[in-house]
Amino acid sequence: MGDSAIHLILVVGALVCAYRAMTSPRILSSTIYLACVSAAVAMMLYLLGAYQVAVIELSVGAGLVTVLLVYAISVVGDDASDPGSVIPRPVAVGLALLTAVMLGYMAYSLPSTAAIGRVPPLIRALWEQRVLDVWIQMVLIFAGVLGILGLLAEGKSARAKAHGSAGNGHRTVKVVPPTACGYAPPAPRGAHDPAKKEEVHA
Amino acid sequence: MTPLQVGLLGVIGLLGVGCYGLLITRNLIKVVMALQILVKAVVLALVLAGQAGSQAGLGQSLAATVIVADTMVAVVGLALAVQIRRRVGSVDISAISTLRG
Repeated sequence: MGDSAIHLILVVGALVCAYRAMTSPRILSSTIYLACVSAAVAMMLYLLGAYQVAVIELSVGAGLVTVLLVYAISVVGDDASDPGSVIPRPVAVGLALLTAVMLGYMAYSLPSTAAIGRVPPLIRALWEQRVLDVWIQMVLIFAGVLGILGLLAEGKSARAKAHGSAGNGHRTVKVVPPTACGYAPPAPRGAHDPAKKEEVHA
Repeated sequence: MTPLQVGLLGVIGLLGVGCYGLLITRNLIKVVMALQILVKAVVLALVLAGQAGSQAGLGQSLAATVIVADTMVAVVGLALAVQIRRRVGSVDISAISTLRG
């Protein structure tokens, strides 16, 4: 009974934080609520015996994703107002409740099988049965790193542009060759003129 | 109620809140947050299914894969949000639509 009570407290906390994350007017507050949801889910996973998944969820969900969200909010701005929903809110509530009720009807009607024999541990299941998943994870992490690099590269060029136009009162002057704009300035007196030299030799 | 049933209740609730968030918001960053909530429900459901089906290792390995994939989705989504904000000046998903009608 005590274990179920702890689970129930964690579920209620996660649901309240998730609802506040979706309805909070400030995006930064929503990010904090989302991190609380991740922490509650990680504690539930730990209590269920999935220790490794709980650690991954806590470090990635409450750590990395929160840092990425805060960075994106710092670029976009916390004052980016939410323009509101496309459909009316009562319809959205009805659709969400319908989805939850249908899922609950399907899930609670499933029979649960008792544990048969020895359950293979996570390490064995991951490295012997799901090796392809590990390779896919590596590819996904590589793609994510490329995405972050693209994001930061654009930020660097935008900063350079801003620094060149208005930073510290200095302007970056681009040197254009005279022939590129169709105008050639007259040569100063005494300068070397190859056409004149050929004429003299003839 | 057993812990599995309580966890299943949490899965259903988180999926409902995530669907509600996807339906009511047009802010691209909040859309990413709603997807995060949905994926947390899916991770919890995978672990619970592994526990209930006597294949805990399989469920946990799938949950780890889903966490990594979800993180990459969040990274790409936030990068898109930042780029759209720089180019369009808004993170409203209806403002970036080029389709009319």
